[in-house]
Amino acid sequence: METKRADTVAEPSRFPMREVVLFAAVLVAVLGVYAVMGSAYSTRMLVEAACYAILALGLTIQWGYAGQFNAGVMGFVALGGFCAMFFSIPVNPAFWETELPGELGRALLYMLGAALLVFGATRLDRLGVPKLLRTVIAVLLAVVLYLAVINVFRDVTGQIESRAGFIGGLGLPVGVGWVVGGALAGGVGYFIGRVCLGLRSDYLAIATLGIAEIIKAFLKNSDWLTRGTATVSPLPWPVPGPSELGFTLARALYLSITAVMIAVIFFLLSRAYHAPWGRMIRTIRDNEVSAAAMGKDINKRRLEIFVLGCILMGIGGAALASFNSIFDPQGYLPLNHTFLVLVMVILGGPGNNLGTIFGAVAVYIIWIMSAPMALFLMDMALTLGAGLGWETPTNLDSRALQARVFVIGLLITLVLRFAPKGLLPEKVKHHG
Amino acid sequence: MNELVFFINNVLVAGSVSGSIYAIGAVGVTLVFSIMRFAHFAHADMMTFGAFMVLLLTSVFPGAGAAFGVPTALVMLPLAMALTALLAVGIDRAFYKPLRAHGVKPIVLVIGSLGVTLMLQGLIRLFAGTGGQSLYVDDRKEIFRLPLPIEGVRVPVVVTEPQFYLFVLTIVAVVALHLFLSRSRLGKAMRAMSDNPDLAQASGINTNTIVAVTWVIAGGLAAIAGTLLSLDVTFKPDLSFFLLLPIFAAAIVGGVGKPYGAIAGGFVVGFAETLAVFNWSVMLRPFRDSLPEWLLQSGNLAFVGTEYKIVVPFFILVAILIWRPTGIFKGKVI
Amino acid sequence: MPLLDARDVHGGYGGMNILNGVNMAIEADDIGVIVGPNGAGKSTMLKAVFGLLTVNQGVILLRGEPIHNLPPNQLVARGMGFVPQENNVFPSLTVKENLEMGAYLKPGNVKRMLDNIYGFFPPLLDKRHQPAGELSGGQRQMVAMGRALMAEPDVLLLDEPTAGLSPLYRNEIFERVREINAAGVGILMVEQNAKQALAIADKGFVLAAGQNRFTDTGAALLADPEVAKSFLGG
Repeated sequence: METKRADTVAEPSRFPMREVVLFAAVLVAVLGVYAVMGSAYSTRMLVEAACYAILALGLTIQWGYAGQFNAGVMGFVALGGFCAMFFSIPVNPAFWETELPGELGRALLYMLGAALLVFGATRLDRLGVPKLLRTVIAVLLAVVLYLAVINVFRDVTGQIESRAGFIGGLGLPVGVGWVVGGALAGGVGYFIGRVCLGLRSDYLAIATLGIAEIIKAFLKNSDWLTRGTATVSPLPWPVPGPSELGFTLARALYLSITAVMIAVIFFLLSRAYHAPWGRMIRTIRDNEVSAAAMGKDINKRRLEIFVLGCILMGIGGAALASFNSIFDPQGYLPLNHTFLVLVMVILGGPGNNLGTIFGAVAVYIIWIMSAPMALFLMDMALTLGAGLGWETPTNLDSRALQARVFVIGLLITLVLRFAPKGLLPEKVKHHG
Repeated sequence: MNELVFFINNVLVAGSVSGSIYAIGAVGVTLVFSIMRFAHFAHADMMTFGAFMVLLLTSVFPGAGAAFGVPTALVMLPLAMALTALLAVGIDRAFYKPLRAHGVKPIVLVIGSLGVTLMLQGLIRLFAGTGGQSLYVDDRKEIFRLPLPIEGVRVPVVVTEPQFYLFVLTIVAVVALHLFLSRSRLGKAMRAMSDNPDLAQASGINTNTIVAVTWVIAGGLAAIAGTLLSLDVTFKPDLSFFLLLPIFAAAIVGGVGKPYGAIAGGFVVGFAETLAVFNWSVMLRPFRDSLPEWLLQSGNLAFVGTEYKIVVPFFILVAILIWRPTGIFKGKVI
Repeated sequence: MPLLDARDVHGGYGGMNILNGVNMAIEADDIGVIVGPNGAGKSTMLKAVFGLLTVNQGVILLRGEPIHNLPPNQLVARGMGFVPQENNVFPSLTVKENLEMGAYLKPGNVKRMLDNIYGFFPPLLDKRHQPAGELSGGQRQMVAMGRALMAEPDVLLLDEPTAGLSPLYRNEIFERVREINAAGVGILMVEQNAKQALAIADKGFVLAAGQNRFTDTGAALLADPEVAKSFLGG
C-alpha cells in the first residue's frame, strides 16, 4: 500500500500517453468511417455513440464506482425513450376531444383509491386488529380491488384503442421528455434499489434483468399508450431536422447537443468523484465493513448511486429515441441495450469516466461496422466458394449477424479474464 | 363439473408442466450456487443447448425411437444430457475456473456467465436459425384424453405425450437426486463442500472433482428440462430469456443452496404463473344465478394477461426478497 | 528421522510474512504444543504445515519428504489430519455424515472407524443422526476431532481445540488428546491454555513474532522461570 501511494503521488505529472494513444486510434477509426461511408452515415454513428456514452456513464458509476451490476439497462433506456416520445409528439385530438380522457382519469383515480384502501388495510393492526386477520383482509381486499380496477382499466384502454388509436403525446418541448425520462428511470431504479441493495449484488442483477423485461412487455402491449408494435414516429428533434438543414448538418447539430450533455455529466461526475461523497462511495465499494464501522450509511449511499446511474440511462435512452425519431418497444433488445453498454464499460475501464467514453465510442464503431464487414467477408467467401464450386448456403447474411451475439459474449469473458480493469483503468488515488 | 375439468386442464396440468421445468432448472441453479457461490445466468441457455443437441441427433437418426416405442427425441435425451454435461464442464474450465483462480468477486462470475449466455445463444442461433422447430421430426405427438367417470362431464382431462414424459422424468430426476445427495459418497461430499468448502478440502475432498460433478449434474438436468419443454411446445433458441427469471425466482423462493427448496420453489412459481393468467370468470359460470350482474359482465377475470406472465415470477421474487430473503427453506442469503 | 520436521519456515498471506523462520520437529509418538502470545504466528504455523498458506522460504518434511505448498487434500492422503479452530464441522450434515467425510479418501475405513469413534466419544453415538450444527461446542469439537481421526492419520494438527469450552470439556479434550497420542498418532497443537497443554507435551515451542523463542520438552519449558514469567502469566 505504501509503495502504491508513492506512485500515485508522482503520477499527476505523468504524460497521459495511454489516453492519447487510445483516443487517437478512435479518431483515426472515425475518420476512416467518414472516408468510406460518407459524412451523413458517419455523423449518425457518432450521435448514437454519444447517446450510448451517456448510458455507459450511467453504468460505469453503478458498476465501477459502487460494484453494483445492473443487468437491465435496456429497461431504463426504454423508459427514457417512452418519455421522449410521450412528451414530444403532437396532441391526439381524436382522444382529447372525446369523453375518454375523463374515463381514463377516472380509472386512474380508482387505481389510486384502491391502492390507498389496500395500504390502509395493511395498517389495520394499529387499530387493534390481530396481525393474521389484518394480513388476510389486506390480501383479500387487494385481490378483489385489483380485479375490479383492472377490469375498468381494460375497458377504458380498449375503447381508446378502438376509437382514438392511442392517447397521443403532450406536444411539449423535447427537453421536457428527456428530463422526465431520467426522473422516471430513476424512480424505477429507486424501487429496485430499495428491495435489492441490502443484499448481495447477484440479486440486483436478477431483479434488474426482470424489471427490464417487464418494462418492455408493458410498453409493447400497451397499445393505448405507445401503439405497441405499430410504433410511433416521427419524434421531433430538439434541433432543426434533416428536412431543413440536410442530413449531415442536422445530425451535427444534434451531436453538439449530446456532446454538451456528455461534457456537463462528465464535469459533474468528476466533481462528485473527488468530493467527499465520491470518496465515501469508493470506500464502501472497497471495504464495506470498515465503511460501516466508520458510521457511514451504506445502503443510503448505494441507493443514491444506483438511482443516479438509472437517471443517466433514462436520459441517454430518451436522447437515443428522439434521434432515431421512432419509438419501437420491440426494438429494445438486451443485446443492443444492455450487453453492448456492458462491454463498453468493462472494456473502457469501469469507474474511469474518460475510459468509459472511449469504450463507448470505440465499441460502437466496431458494433456498427461489424455488419457491413461481416457481409463483405461473407460476399468474398461466397465468390471464392463459387469459384471453387461450393454450394452456396442460404440466408447466410442473417446468420452472420448472429455471430455478433457470440462476439459480444466472447468479448465480455475475455475482458474479464485478461483486462479486468479495462483499457483505461480507474486511477485509485489515496487522499490523505 | 365441466368447469372443474377446465380448471384441471388449464391450471393443474399446465401448472405442473411449468412447475416441473422450473423445478429441474432451479435445482441446477441452486446446486451451482451452493458449490461455487454465484448466480449462474447461462443455465437457461444450457437448457436450450441440451434441446438443440436432441434436435440435431433426432434429425440425424429420425427412426431410432420406433425401435423402443417412444419418440426418438426421448431416446436421444441421455446422449444430449452427456453432451450438455460435457459442455458445462468445458465452460467452467474455459471461463469460470480462471476467474475463480484470480479470486474475483462473485458478481464478476455472474457477468462472465452472461458473456457465456451470449456466446451460447449466438452459436445456437448460428446453427439452428432463429425460428421455432418441432422436436417431433418423424414421430407423431400423441394426446391422451382421459374422460372423468362422473355424470354430466363431457370434457376430458387432456395430457399430451411429452407432458406425461415430463412428469415421469421429473419424479425420476428428483428421486435420483435425493438418493445421490443423501446416500452416495460424492453426493455427501457435495453437501459438505456447500456447507464448508475449507473443511471439505481439509477432509481430503478434491474440490475440483466436486465442482466438475456439480456441472455434470446441472448440465444433465438442464438438458432434461430444455428437451421436455421443447417437446411440449417447440424448440426456439430464445427460449432461455423467458426461463431465466422464473428459475431464479424459484431458486430464491426455495432458499438458495437448498435443492429440495428449489423443487418446491419451482412448483410455487409454476402454479402462481398459471393461476395468475387463468381466466376465473369460467369458474363463476356455475354460480351465475347467485352472483351480481357486474361481476359476470366482464368476460375476463384473469389477474394478468398472458403477455405479462413474466410479471408473476418478478412479483414473487420481490415479495420474497422483502419479507424473507432466505426463502421458505432458510437457504443462504446471497 | 522426525515424523514432521519444519526448518526455517517463512510464510504468510498476500506477500506479507507472518512467520520469519520457525523450526519445529516432532517424532511419531510425540505431542508437540505451540504456545505464545497473540499474533505470534501459532495458528499461522499450523496452517502453513497443512498447506493453507504459501511457504516462501524453508522446508517442511513429512517422514523426510517435502510437503510444503502441497494442497490440503494431498496432505490428508499422506496421513495428516487437521482440525481448525472455528467452523470445524459441516453444520447441515448429520454427525455420522460428518464422520464419513473424514474417511472420504479411505471409504473402506468407514464401518470400522465409525465404531471406534463412537466408542471414543460416546456422546456422538446418540446424536449420530442429528445435524452437527445443532450440537454444543464441546460436542462439535468431538465431531471435528472424530472426523479428522476417521482417516487414521499419522499426525494430527489441532488448532486451539479447547477454545471457548467449559473447564469440564477442556479437561475431557486434553484427556482425549493424550489417548489419541497413546494410540500412536503424532500430535501438533496450538493452545491458549499453555500450562495445561505443556503439561502433556513432549515438545513445546514458544513462538513470538513469528520465530522460536524457546524450544524444549514440555516439562523443561514449564520449569523455566523465564518462560513462566513472559508467557505463562507468572
